[in-house]
Amino acid sequence: MNPLLRVEGLSKRFGEHIGCADVGFDLYPGEVLAVVGESGSGKSTLLKLLSTRLAADAGHVRYQITGRGLVDLAELSEAERRWLLRTDWGFVEQNPRDGLRMNVSAGANVGERLMATGARHYGQIRATASDWLARVELDPARLDELPTGFSGGMQQRLQIARNLVTRPRLVFMDEPTAGLDVSVQARLLDLMRELVTDLGLAAVIVTHDLAVARLLGHRLLVMRRGRVVETGLTDQVLDDPQHPYTQLLVSSVLQV
Amino acid sequence: MNTLINVRGLAKTFVLHHRDEARIPVLENVSLDVAAGECVALAGPSGAGKSTLLRCLYGNYLASAGSIRIRHEGRWVDLARATPRDILAVRRKSLGYVSQFLRVIPRVSTLDVVAEPLRELGTDAAAARERAAELLDRLHLPQRLWSLPPATFSGGEQQRVNIARGLIAEKPVLLLDEPTASLDVANAGRVAQLVDEARQRGAAVVGIFHDPAIRDRLATRLFAVEAQLLELAA
Repeated sequence: MNPLLRVEGLSKRFGEHIGCADVGFDLYPGEVLAVVGESGSGKSTLLKLLSTRLAADAGHVRYQITGRGLVDLAELSEAERRWLLRTDWGFVEQNPRDGLRMNVSAGANVGERLMATGARHYGQIRATASDWLARVELDPARLDELPTGFSGGMQQRLQIARNLVTRPRLVFMDEPTAGLDVSVQARLLDLMRELVTDLGLAAVIVTHDLAVARLLGHRLLVMRRGRVVETGLTDQVLDDPQHPYTQLLVSSVLQV
Repeated sequence: MNTLINVRGLAKTFVLHHRDEARIPVLENVSLDVAAGECVALAGPSGAGKSTLLRCLYGNYLASAGSIRIRHEGRWVDLARATPRDILAVRRKSLGYVSQFLRVIPRVSTLDVVAEPLRELGTDAAAARERAAELLDRLHLPQRLWSLPPATFSGGEQQRVNIARGLIAEKPVLLLDEPTASLDVANAGRVAQLVDEARQRGAAVVGIFHDPAIRDRLATRLFAVEAQLLELAA
């Protein structure tokens, strides 16, 4: 099987500050990679570089485009890049307000991405949007409501529906549970786990929460000061950490 | 002899970087072969490294030296060198592990927790649930619990859920860490019956069984973990 994403030597500096240094990994279809590390470790910068929101100083991100093989994302045209972001990829923001359009209805938020893939039939778009609301456990009767009236957990689920409706092959998630109450987190995590498995999604999930990483990640990447200090099978890295920083990270939390 | 587990020169030393780089050698030069139809009971006092060995066999602990080869789809995969992707593939199809405690997934019903390993192999939901129900029934887990997530179950109930989950996919290599520790005699006997059936259909089983009655009933052979170290010293 060919990798979906191949990352090599990815580096980014912000003046004297190192954002990411020499990060590399392969991600295969259906594989979930969790990126952990404390604030400022470079996890979010890595996600921006991978999703072409930020240009790298050095290194390559290659993505498997059907019929073309692994293509260096830096060589894509602006139109191709936007097509990827709108259809073949998803990006779930930590704050749902950054990933949703707050001034249009829940249904329109989901339907909009569907239209980007060419859907034009209003009734069908509405039906699919309604299905997806139910799938993320939102009441389809609220299809025409603005997301401003939704709770944080509901907004986050709506954002997930908006991202998954186009059946992307790759989803980036930036601390998807961080802003939510603990009671709401479990529901969202479980839902994400279910969707990722059912749809066979590949995902890169940035989180500082090791329990999230354990539940969702097949593989773990531990970052510190922009560098990958340890990588491996999720349960192996968490139960038998090798690097001093990972040992500190794992021993600093209550049992996960 | 159809060998399914082949361990050579396995060593495991824990290095605690934040405890003055303390080195804790647990396993040294362990070699072990287990064939289909065998049940090997790991023997030795607490702290001898039985659980560590079992976790190494699952790829959960990283080997410090040596090889841990597991038979997978007609070839050998060395867990000490395999990529995470390969280890996951081996676990999905060929290598099962029943830990002492169930890691509970929020909200998922007991029936689905048990059915999941079969679902991962492509069995459809209805058939996987049916098989899960059969196993839970044989383990005498009350039917009223099946639709609930196991988070609030007693230790003995969770352990039986865990056993059912570990056995449902009929993987050829089974690792069991105290599978009957929290069970009464009758339930321990039911678990033993299922493990014995797994072995008789050709599974290679490695287990830690503290209860001597269960160990004597299940084990076809003992493997002294501590003796390995003594032999080495002598």
